[in-house]
Formats: sequence, structure tokens, C-alpha cells
Amino acid sequence: MPKVTIDGIAIDVPEGTTILQAARMIGERNTADRHVVPPAMCYYTKLKTSGGYCRTCIVKVSKASEKDPRPMPKPVASCRTAVMDGMVVENTTSPELLEARKGVVEFLLINHPLDCPICDQAGECHLQDLSYENGAVTSRYEFERRTFDPIDIGETIKLHMTRCILCYRCVKVAEQITDGRVHGVINRGDVSEISTYISNAIENDFSGNMIDVCPVGALTDRTFRFASRVWFTNPVDAHRDCDKCSGKTVLWLKGKEVLRVTGRKDQWGEVEDFICNTCRFDKKDLKHWSVEGPRKIDRHSVIGQGHYLLQRKQQLLNSPAPNVPEIAKRKELKDR
Amino acid sequence: MGRKLLLEHDDKPGIQGLDGYRTHGGYRSVEKALRTMSPEAVLDEVKTSGLRGRGGAGFPTGMKWSFLAKPEGVPRYLVVNADESEPGTFKDRYLMERIPHLLIEGMITSSFALGANTSYIYIRGEYFYVARILERAIEEARAAGWLGKNILGSGFDHDIHVQVGAGAYICGEETALLESLEGKRGNPRIKPPFPAVKGLYGCPTVVNNVETIAAVVPIINDGGAEYAKIGVGKSTGTKLISAGGNIKRPGVYEIELGITCDEFMNSEEWCGGVDGRALKAVVPGGSSVPIIPADLYYKTVNGDARLMTYESLADGGFASGSMLGSGGFYAYNDAQCIVRSTWNHTRFYHHESCGQCSPCREGTGWMEKVLHRLEHGEGRMEDIELLWDIQRKIEGNTICPLGDAAAWPVASAIRHFRDEFEYHVLHPEKVKDPKHFAHAPFVRSPKFATA
Repeated sequence: MPKVTIDGIAIDVPEGTTILQAARMIGERNTADRHVVPPAMCYYTKLKTSGGYCRTCIVKVSKASEKDPRPMPKPVASCRTAVMDGMVVENTTSPELLEARKGVVEFLLINHPLDCPICDQAGECHLQDLSYENGAVTSRYEFERRTFDPIDIGETIKLHMTRCILCYRCVKVAEQITDGRVHGVINRGDVSEISTYISNAIENDFSGNMIDVCPVGALTDRTFRFASRVWFTNPVDAHRDCDKCSGKTVLWLKGKEVLRVTGRKDQWGEVEDFICNTCRFDKKDLKHWSVEGPRKIDRHSVIGQGHYLLQRKQQLLNSPAPNVPEIAKRKELKDR
Repeated sequence: MGRKLLLEHDDKPGIQGLDGYRTHGGYRSVEKALRTMSPEAVLDEVKTSGLRGRGGAGFPTGMKWSFLAKPEGVPRYLVVNADESEPGTFKDRYLMERIPHLLIEGMITSSFALGANTSYIYIRGEYFYVARILERAIEEARAAGWLGKNILGSGFDHDIHVQVGAGAYICGEETALLESLEGKRGNPRIKPPFPAVKGLYGCPTVVNNVETIAAVVPIINDGGAEYAKIGVGKSTGTKLISAGGNIKRPGVYEIELGITCDEFMNSEEWCGGVDGRALKAVVPGGSSVPIIPADLYYKTVNGDARLMTYESLADGGFASGSMLGSGGFYAYNDAQCIVRSTWNHTRFYHHESCGQCSPCREGTGWMEKVLHRLEHGEGRMEDIELLWDIQRKIEGNTICPLGDAAAWPVASAIRHFRDEFEYHVLHPEKVKDPKHFAHAPFVRSPKFATA
């Protein structure tokens, strides 16, 4: 089994594992080591050939392998680079790499509208997290941003191309889990856009998963739009017998009203199972569902705001905070 | 008079047709390779010759060929990259237009060495008339038995197809080219796997430039060792240079690698000197290589005369050198504005970025807007630092080399001509005239003389 060292933490991983996956394994082994995991905006474990586009997960390889100890000349996309035995990777320990990543974040943001206050994705947006953790406070971009008109692509999905970061995830969803892709990327360069050709509606049983995989607010659920901010809703795990999918979902409740249904996302923001459109859009009543219990929300997420205080306190006591140890210490003292 | 290996007969009547080509020794390399040599022997000759990729990167061709995976029962392909889109480069067009059979001959010989039974010419959309010339030549060759089943009774089958692209610069990048050839959107693939392992339709593929494949012909005819005698060090053989810009004799020239830059620029045989005025700067290898000021073009920082070779032009790294690149050579006289030229280059890369990965997609457009502002007298001093920072964050962080290609011209222009950028900020009124240096040339301050 190849052994890889990321930011000084070693792990043995199966042959063919990517650097990103190895880092996630380290993070899963010990939450305190989660800081070694590079952010990923376009890579999605369950979608083949995804990744490599956004460049946020770049890492510095300071030793390529035991056999060939030379460093790699350029930063590599950790999501698409397989580990070699003896590889040494620098992520958060390399200042120049962090600088390069900051550059990538800046590039992703220059044409993003930053309309979080009116965006449904706010609170669960990966770009928000990314810019908060790796971005600059202000923008150096002074020109007009690229804009598109929002369009409805089908009955249930709204496309805000202006917010899109062209991660290609929704294209891969359509290609790999639905029967027949009718949308894709048209045009080139910074005017390329996700679109159907021409003004087609995306109609199939699994199209709703495009919303779940979208890391930003470009694809949103028309049945949920403007219904509530996500942090005012109460997520619960639920399931039902479904003949199309696993039926395992998260219901986002306000009182007893089901505002929306999504797949269950793991700690890396990826769904555990893709769910069908019937579960997602048509079963908006608690009577269709068997509720399992409250959804565990990461204590760093704004969605956990005001919920499950007991659980969060317990978590605080049990684990030092992964990302910012000093803040955790301060909080711990305050909580005492 | 230097030796010519590729363009020796380019002015002979009837050279475009098969008969004319045959009377000047055409298809000898195919006869020699298929009748008397093994594929390995052909590969060895190419390795001995020291031939390097003529498309720009200069990777040793023999080594590239030896990387080709050879799994049982899987076809292998040779793809010729005729998507010559680098601004300033027009050598392949000349070669294909004048002597189409030279390329076809090279392809048959190379495919024999690689064990490829099918090869493709991917030609840029704007060269549609060249594609017709090639197709006619292929038809002639097929009728004469140079293509098809059992060529020369050797048991080797081969056929060539011409595919016209739609005119995207990015499709000159080898993996984007393969995607486009497969009928998909021309986005570069993420490497590894390299085309030598998984290329066209998932099969092992070699992608070579037109000139590289054409150079295989003299290598097989005269032997790799003979070819390697021309040139200096690791730069062997001859190279086509398409010269343009402010020179007296623009055109496509075949030079022996190793002549001095001074000779190439000022000899009547080649460029014939600068067009009337003083030489300001040179881009020696197509728009993506760094621009260098005249003094650094003629001499390296150590004071040695610079030669037209891969190594000598790159001497001093990016601080004071450039690259031979694809051979798209162009010169600027002192009436030209470097800021304007850089803006124009960046506008091109902005337009041609495929939009797949974020640094290039967003960064090229940003640089173009900042450069536009500077060139039109609306810039600020901070813009120069901003540009430097943007290009630094694009370079090396993208999937394919287009990001680097967009960053290098900007970086080198700022490195060598920063005072000209400053002039644009300090004299906004003067630069509003598009020909602002035509009447009064800009004088570089001596502190930038050797950067």
C-alpha cells in the first residue's frame, strides 16, 4: 500500500487513491487533522471524470515518490493525481501554495455576483465557505461582471448562470445518472455557459440531483426558492419506500411543513445516494415519510445555528476544533 | 547558403503533384523503410537524429515515440497536428500547400515505425483550401499504391484521413485536438493518462507537428547521424521559421539550427534587416514565448552571440531569454508600442481560452481589461503590479499550457518594458493616439537594458 505524507501526517492508502481522497481519509481518521483536506469545488466522488477544472484543490508535491524523489514542477490538482509510494504533499504548510490558491479563489469570484443575501444557496454554498477560508476580504476587480438572465430549465429547476463557476458537475450528473443529457456547456472562455440547446427543458426522473451537486446557487430548487433561509429550517433524516431510488433523504422542515427534500450530504458536501425527482419534488408532506431523527449538522455550519445546542456542546468538549484551534479554545472557555 | 532538407524543391514546377514529387526523389524514405528496415530501426534513426518536436515544446521525437504503449489487439494512431494557430506562425501552411506529399510520405514512414495503420491530419478550419490540397494528394498517393493495403508488398496497411477543425486555437493542444477529433468539445484532457497511453478513442496515440513528421523523410533518406551533423548540441537539423513583422523580407525560411540571431535578422538570405527603423524587440517563437528587447535578442546576458537554437534562445531563462517555440518569428521596430502589442496578444488568449479551468478562464479576461485601460490612457501605476500578480497566478495553475502561454507575454513585457507601461500611465494624452510611437520613438531607460 502506498504511503503518502500530507502536511506531515502520514497515511497508507490503497493503490490508485488520489491525493484528495488520501487527505479526506486523514480527515476521517481524526477530525483534528481535517485542515489537511484541500477544498474541492468541481470534484465529486460519485461522478466519474469529475474534477481538475476549478483548481482550488491544487497542492504542492515536494517529493513525487520514493523511486523518484524530485518535486513536481507545478502545483497539481489533488483530485486527479494518484498518490505514489513515499509521496510528500504540502497543502496548508506551503505559503506559496496558499497564495496560489488564494489566486484561484479570486479568479472564481471576479465574475461571481456575490449576491449571497438574495441567493437560496447561502448557508450551504461551497463558494461561500471557500472564499471565507481562502479568499481575500476585498476584490481587486473593477470591471463589469459577466451576467446572464436567470432561466427555468424545466418545471423544477432554476438556472442562474451568473453564479455558475463551471464545475461541470451537473453535466456529469446528466451524462452519468440520467437517460440522455440535454444540457451542456456552450460557448467558450469566460462567456461559456451551462445551457440547454436550444431552450430545451430538462425532464427526467433524476434531474433534481443537479441541484444537489451544484456547489453554488446556480441551480436551485424552484419548489423551494425564497421559501426560507436554510438556517431557519430544521433538517431531519427521513426515508420512504421508493421504487426508483433508495428513498433516503433529508427533509428541511419549518414546523411541520416540508419545505424541501434533498439527498443526504456527507461531511465533504457530497450526497450519499442520488434521489429521484418523485421523492424530491412530489412528496412534500410528512405523512409520506418515516422520520429517523435530526440530521447531524457540522458545528461549523451556519445551518446548525440555534439547533441541537446540547449536541454541539458535547462535540466541543469532545474534540478540539479542527480548523482554528485557538478559537475553539476560547469558545470552550466561554462555554464553561 | 544553408542546407535545405524540407524546402529543397519547393520552387520546382509540379512539386505539388505526385509525379513532380517523385522526380525529385519523393517516397524514397517509404521504399527504404518498408523494404529494408524494421520499425525499430526507423525509430532508432529518429532517435539518433536528435529530432525535436517542431510544434513549440521541442520534446525529443524519438523519445515521444518510444513512450507509445503497445498493448496487443489495440490499434495505435498517429495524429498530425496541423492546427497551426499560434499568432505569427505560418510555416506548416506553406509546407502543406507547396509539398503536400512530403507530409504524406513522412506520415507513412512514421506510422510504419509506430505500427499505426490509420493516421489523421487535424487541420485548422481556416486552412480549408489546404485540406483540399492534402486530400487531392492523398487520393493520388492512394491510386499509386502508397496508401491502402499491403504497401509495396511489405504487408503494411496504412490510410490517412484529413479532419478539418473549426478554428479554435485550443484545439492545437494535443489532448484538446484529440477530443475535437473524436467529435467532442475541444477541451484539453487532464494528464495523465498521456496520449501515448490513452489517446484517440482511448488508444495509444502519437501527436506530432506537421514539420516534425516531414523531417522524418530526410532522416530516413540520409540517416539519423547525417541529420544530427547539422545544428548545435541538442538542436539538430533544420527548422522552418516564419518571419514577419517589421523586417524587409518576411516569409518562410528553412534555417540550419545554429546560425546566429544576427545573421538571421540581417542577412539578405533571411530577414534582410529591420524595416527602415531601429529594432526594438523580437518575439522569436510565436506569440506565447516571452518577448525580448533587441539587445537581448542579439546577445545573451553573458555577452555571447545568441544562436537560433532551442538552448541559446532560452539562455538566461525567462529573466533574459525566450524560446524557439514554433518558429513564429516577428520583430518590432521602434514605432511599435509594446503595451498595445501585449494587449493584442492577451485579447487573443482571452478569446481563445476554452473556459474549462478557472485561472485561465477568468484571468485572461481580467488581464485584457486592465491592458486595454493602460493602452488607452486610463491606467494607473497599480495596474502594472496587478497585471504582474494576475499573470503569476495563472501561470502553472492551469490544466493545459494555454494559461502559461497567456501569462508569459505579459510577464516578459512588464519585465523588459516596464518603463513603457509607466509612460502610458504618466502620459495618458499622448497614448490616446493609436500610433503614439510612430513620430517620436519611445526611449528605453538604461536600467532596463539587461533587465
